[in-house]
Amino acid sequence: MGEQLEKIYDVELKPGAGEGYVCNLTKPEFAELMKTNIPKEPLPDEQMVEVALKRLDELRKERKSIQLYLDICVRCGACIKQCHYFIGTGDPKNTPVGRAELLRKVYRAHFTISGKLFGKLVGAEKLTPEILKNEWYKYFYQCSECRRCSVFCPYGIDQAEITMAGREVLNSVGLATKYITQVISQVYKHGNNLGIPEPAFKYNCQFLEEEIKETTGVDVKIPVDKEKAEILYLPPSADLFTNTDTMIGVAKVFHAVGADWTMSTYASEAANFGLFFSYDDMKAINLRVVETAKKLGAKLVIFGECGHAWRAARQFMEAMNGPLPFKFMNILEYTAEQIRKGKLKLDKSRNDDVVVTLHDPCNYARAGDLIEETRFVIQSVCNNFVEMDESVTKVKTFCCGGGGGLLTEEIMELRMKGGLPRATAVKEVVEAHGVNYLAAPCAIDKAQLPLVMKHYDIPVQVGGIHDLVSKALILEGQEEFEAKKKAEEEAAKAAAAAVPAVCGLCDAEFATMDECCEHAEKDHKISKEQCDMVCEAKEGAAAEAAPAVCGLCDAEFATMDECCEHAEKDHKISKEQCDMVCEPKK
Amino acid sequence: MGVLANFVVNVLPYITFIVFVVGVIYRIAVWWSRPSPAPIPVFPGQRSVGSAITRVLADVVIFRSLWQFPGNRILWLGAWVFHVSFLLILLRHLRYFLGEEAVPGWVAAVQGLGIAAALVISIPLLYLLIRRIVHADLKFISTPADYFVLLLILSVVLSGLYAKYFATPFVVDVKYVMRSLMAFQPVDLNTVSLNSAFLLHFFLVQVLAMYIPFSKVMHLGGIFFSPTRTHHFGGEAHTKKLEEA
Repeated sequence: MGEQLEKIYDVELKPGAGEGYVCNLTKPEFAELMKTNIPKEPLPDEQMVEVALKRLDELRKERKSIQLYLDICVRCGACIKQCHYFIGTGDPKNTPVGRAELLRKVYRAHFTISGKLFGKLVGAEKLTPEILKNEWYKYFYQCSECRRCSVFCPYGIDQAEITMAGREVLNSVGLATKYITQVISQVYKHGNNLGIPEPAFKYNCQFLEEEIKETTGVDVKIPVDKEKAEILYLPPSADLFTNTDTMIGVAKVFHAVGADWTMSTYASEAANFGLFFSYDDMKAINLRVVETAKKLGAKLVIFGECGHAWRAARQFMEAMNGPLPFKFMNILEYTAEQIRKGKLKLDKSRNDDVVVTLHDPCNYARAGDLIEETRFVIQSVCNNFVEMDESVTKVKTFCCGGGGGLLTEEIMELRMKGGLPRATAVKEVVEAHGVNYLAAPCAIDKAQLPLVMKHYDIPVQVGGIHDLVSKALILEGQEEFEAKKKAEEEAAKAAAAAVPAVCGLCDAEFATMDECCEHAEKDHKISKEQCDMVCEAKEGAAAEAAPAVCGLCDAEFATMDECCEHAEKDHKISKEQCDMVCEPKK
Repeated sequence: MGVLANFVVNVLPYITFIVFVVGVIYRIAVWWSRPSPAPIPVFPGQRSVGSAITRVLADVVIFRSLWQFPGNRILWLGAWVFHVSFLLILLRHLRYFLGEEAVPGWVAAVQGLGIAAALVISIPLLYLLIRRIVHADLKFISTPADYFVLLLILSVVLSGLYAKYFATPFVVDVKYVMRSLMAFQPVDLNTVSLNSAFLLHFFLVQVLAMYIPFSKVMHLGGIFFSPTRTHHFGGEAHTKKLEEA
């Protein structure tokens, strides 16, 4: 462990430091769309306790994890410094054990013999509306359900389970967050978290197709709503807008292996915010995927670069919505498989401009068994890969600070504090190895980490793994296109070199760029490689020397001058007005 | 010997036994019966039943999870020494219950280790107690029950050491009492030589045993049910083989 990382564990205790971070409450129009039956607004105080206790009693009977994790904690404190929100805030209620105790003390007071008999002596406290509003609602939304504490707990106690239960109890009394309910509402209305309507979704796919065509010369299709397809692909919807390079990379992989794939506008989102909200909504969102896959006759469902999507699928889909008539996998597993089979032509050197490190998304590493594939894909597409300290990677990875439904503006300060451990680990490899690309194969990471890196002033680019795949992957026909493009560029450059040039230092004029460069080397001691810093094409010269087209009759000419002569002669347009008809050839 | 001594020796042990056994079975039955709606393993290492068992055992035997973080390793040492000592002491005490005359060979063999453990165990106990007072974060999360159980065990240890080294009862009589209890034969306290040091130790042990089913000490059973450790994914849940797709 590096010195900087060691330091993050020296946390100054600041009780109450987390109290100021409160997520906005939901609105009736979002609350009413939830599949979970939740009140449209918070219940009156006199009803809250009874309803909440009823829900808590149900939950501990429905889930072994809840009952067990309420019972067996010994408060040894092994989890305290494993929580990024504690490291960031120093609030002891923001530790896994401290947060869970908020629920345990109520459980003890109402559901255990010792709690009923001895009360505070055994850490029991009866539920009040204030506990719900001021403790649970605040602190259960300062947990990103990353499950890091569970790795270090001697009994494997999983704070994510406690948080999920706490939030379900809060839901039952109408204390839900606007962010999460809004996102889930978008899924029910538009099929995806961002609320992209069908036409915009399709338009964006076309736009990306064009972009691929422009850069590779290859017609790569991004199919949407095909009637039948072997593969249903679910992107995080942000990949259609902000992380388009990831989507492009995925489309290229499918194209390269000749896959019969499609996306669906009914289920156009991999992520499942039900995971942060309730089992019922998680199930309902997964059901959209299952229904779509059945309708398509898809044999394989592939989830895009998204951590929570992968947990909701990997750990819950079969159990909640099964049996499933299809196989499912993560896009990283798919791409890794294709690379192993030799189906992708990859040129690693195309990524030589980056030194990559990997942020393991929590739900890949700890919930999804997806640790080696991410590394295999990265190392297959680029030469420079550096691991962060082993204490913060793989199963011990730290959350980006924005997971678990906390990626919302009003708690930005908390998010930045929660990002401290990851930022520190990145900073170490940036300083030691010149890392300049932080691979983060998760849509939440891609939204959160750039802000964290900026906040802590760490100069790295954040991007997906398929962004790198996209750069290294060479499609059929792409090299010919690139060669042609390069030849054209060189011809244009040669044409530019043939025009008269001016030395920027002494204003001397030369017939060609080469002559100017020679002069610069001789008289100003400037090497030819740096010649472009002093020598410039004579103003207007390049345009005059370039081929031109007459706008009136489409005749083509070798130079602008010839075109102007033609314009004067054939169209009676004076040379002064020549620019109104003659244009440089495109 | 008064009424109180008679109660502690002839009556309380049966109450203790019932409370302990029924309590522990009830707690475990509750955990056992609760459903797990979805598999929630924390990876890596649980792709089969075998690897799940290995992981649970590693947590039970060598406290593997606690070892993971360098900052927790003093706690690891304290906790491990405490638990192993406790186990050795328990095993040593079987000499008062097993064997008509001579104790079984393996119990005799563990005697030396058991004595050593009894002498050592106060050190990790005091460490576990003091760390809760010294570290502000631990102090914040500790409940009175956390101190109580440590003090209770400490009092059991110290009263036991006192009875062994400073106010030693007649050992043969101790075994006679235990064997009688096991045979449901009341002991006439006038016929045996038991002292108050022994009675205090015996009483405290029973308090501890009765307290266990109602307390966090039940973690010793709970760990075997922990979903993040016991759940696993077989190869069938999700495949990486494209050929099948």
